[in-house]
Amino acid sequence: MTTENEVVVHAHRDDVGARMGMWLFLLSEFLLFGGLFLMYSIYRFNHQHDFHIAAEGMNIFLGTANTLILLTSSLTMALAITAMQKGNKILSLVLQIVTFLFGLAFLVNKFFEWRAEFREGNYPGSPLLTAKPSGQILYYGLYYTMVGLHGVHVIVGMTIIAFMIRFTIKGIINKDDYVKLENAGLYWHLVDIIWIFLFPLFYLIT
Amino acid sequence: MSNSSVALDGKGKLPSYLIDQGKRKGLLAWLLSTDHKRIAILYMIGVLSFFAVGVSLGFIIRLELLTPQGTIIDAQAYNEIFTLHGVIMIFIVVIPAIPAIFGNFFLPIMIGAKDVAFPRLNLLSWYLYIIGGTMILLSMVLPGGAADTGWTFYIPYSVRTGTNMIFTLSAVFILGFSSILTGMNFLTTIHRLRAPGMGWFKMPLFTWSLYATGWIQLLATPIVGITLLLVIIERVFGVGLFDPTLGGDPMLFQHMFWMYSHPAVYIIIVPAMGVISEIIPVFAHRTIFGYKFIAYSSIAIAVFGSMVWAHHMFAVGLSNNAEFIFSLLTFLVAIPSAIKVFNWTATLYKGSIELEAPMLYALAFIFLFSIGGLTGIIQGALNVDIYLTDTYFIVGHIHYVIFGGTGMALFAALHYWLPKMFGRMYNKKVAKVAFWHIFVGFNILYFPFLIMGWLGMPRRSYHYLPKFQIYHIIATVGSWILVAGLLIMFINLLRSLRTGEIVTENNIWGGESLEWKVQTPPITENFEEIPEVTAAPYEYKDNDEPVLEKEEVN
Repeated sequence: MTTENEVVVHAHRDDVGARMGMWLFLLSEFLLFGGLFLMYSIYRFNHQHDFHIAAEGMNIFLGTANTLILLTSSLTMALAITAMQKGNKILSLVLQIVTFLFGLAFLVNKFFEWRAEFREGNYPGSPLLTAKPSGQILYYGLYYTMVGLHGVHVIVGMTIIAFMIRFTIKGIINKDDYVKLENAGLYWHLVDIIWIFLFPLFYLIT
Repeated sequence: MSNSSVALDGKGKLPSYLIDQGKRKGLLAWLLSTDHKRIAILYMIGVLSFFAVGVSLGFIIRLELLTPQGTIIDAQAYNEIFTLHGVIMIFIVVIPAIPAIFGNFFLPIMIGAKDVAFPRLNLLSWYLYIIGGTMILLSMVLPGGAADTGWTFYIPYSVRTGTNMIFTLSAVFILGFSSILTGMNFLTTIHRLRAPGMGWFKMPLFTWSLYATGWIQLLATPIVGITLLLVIIERVFGVGLFDPTLGGDPMLFQHMFWMYSHPAVYIIIVPAMGVISEIIPVFAHRTIFGYKFIAYSSIAIAVFGSMVWAHHMFAVGLSNNAEFIFSLLTFLVAIPSAIKVFNWTATLYKGSIELEAPMLYALAFIFLFSIGGLTGIIQGALNVDIYLTDTYFIVGHIHYVIFGGTGMALFAALHYWLPKMFGRMYNKKVAKVAFWHIFVGFNILYFPFLIMGWLGMPRRSYHYLPKFQIYHIIATVGSWILVAGLLIMFINLLRSLRTGEIVTENNIWGGESLEWKVQTPPITENFEEIPEVTAAPYEYKDNDEPVLEKEEVN
């Protein structure tokens, strides 16, 4: 074996493979949420009226705002990738930072929304909630679990984007090698898509 | 391959992966290695250590059951020990065993690749695996005691028990994550890194089985992940999603648990079948019978196996329609497994069979797995299952399938591939002695389970009726023989790593797949040049004659 050969081996790069791995991982993530969506559909089927009543307590304004924020952040993420493909590093960097900030804005909104719910006494195990019919307890249980798990994914997504910002500054992600950024984008779109399902299921079913 | 000009160890050979350390030296050269072969060895150390723990726990359970009342431990300790035995054996030993050890080591070599698609992710999987395993061990020693729910963690007890459930559940969650990453890695590897000419139907059957397993790992594991996460949330926040007093449905937990855990049975058994499909043709010196059927049946098992989970729940009061459908599907899922058994037997027919240790274990697999499979069919029948639910019949069945199946395949794989991995041969006579101890001990241990289960002995029971004592005594004696066999086997294998006869030939057993064409032990990136594959993996030129005249190494 020659040394040239060895260099080629270590520079082994397979963008299609990297993307395929990411898609497979996302499939796994979808099934993780799939379990929760399954629970949601079963419990909603069994407690339609209670779900309807409980959903009226949701803050539609904040929910809609968050939906707009996440959708826009997906756009900025996609633009960041396109900018990188076209070699505009600065623009891509700015767009990645904007995406990160949108994620942060989403979490801040969520914080205020949850704080309001907690102040009203609608949290798991609270005397107010426990006294309600079981369908409403389940609704809030699912709400906190699913939105909470989604929130964890937002944080993970933001962490990934933070790394991408760092990689972009260091030049590890560049015009010719941007598959990491693409994969981060795929993950961020997953976060977005799950929210697109959560939003109508919890806010718009009234 | 031998005309390399780089003679690094004086024999005109490149240094093996065991010697070639790369950038780091010593222990770190192993712990931070991204070489799939070194990671496989790391997994092997992990899996076999936990196997020793699991066997010890099982041994204690058997000692305890010598008498109908308490013998050596109290009831709470008994509950914790059978739970730990199950959790360790299922989630830490048999699920990762064959894919993570032998899949890691041989999958890239078999398809002509230098490594898996994501080597660093591969190392991360191992660390997750070790973290998960360590957490289980910690749950034993921390105050509160290990989980005592049984390995199925059924609600509502898993929410109410005061033991270290959160530790155990998080550990299984992390282990699941490790398993998902391995599955994803293998799938991408098989799709992307096959050598030129290595078409899908030129892949060895072990590779096919890992492909099917990868899909199950990827698609089923997240469901149990979320389910166990929900139990944790339930315990910490009291959300009520499974708690009937708050409107939740405990039955939903069982559904979601088995939606993963039944396919998990196939994560356990399909790679084992892959190992057997490799070994049988090599030691029968015949082309495997029905290659495509075996390959497709792995996929069929993966598909059908995902649709039979509720057969674990026939006693909970499902609707008649649901029970009927799940029962029917359960019978159907036996077909692809049976196809494999028939194909293996047909391969043996008119073969020139060589009863080396790997072959003995492979034949034991067929025999024991058939018993396990057939007892499974019995439980697929609705009315019989109501009677057999939660008896020792189930315990016997699960041990015949998982230990008799995957356990034997693991031992077969150890005897088949260990000389390739380390370049040293074990003592073949001792290996056969160990085999007979294991085989005889296994049957003395587990066959009485089937009988006393049929007679009504309930599982997980600390006290039992005196009429069952004779079966328990026989089983316990069997466990002594089995453990003796395991000790002989592992001592023999471990000794061979130090003092075994050195093997230098590439093709130790006369196999035709690619791992037998590379150096023994393999070099760091497996191939000096990526091979061009032209032949199918089992093309023996003459069905009645061995392809290669092998030197007797022992």
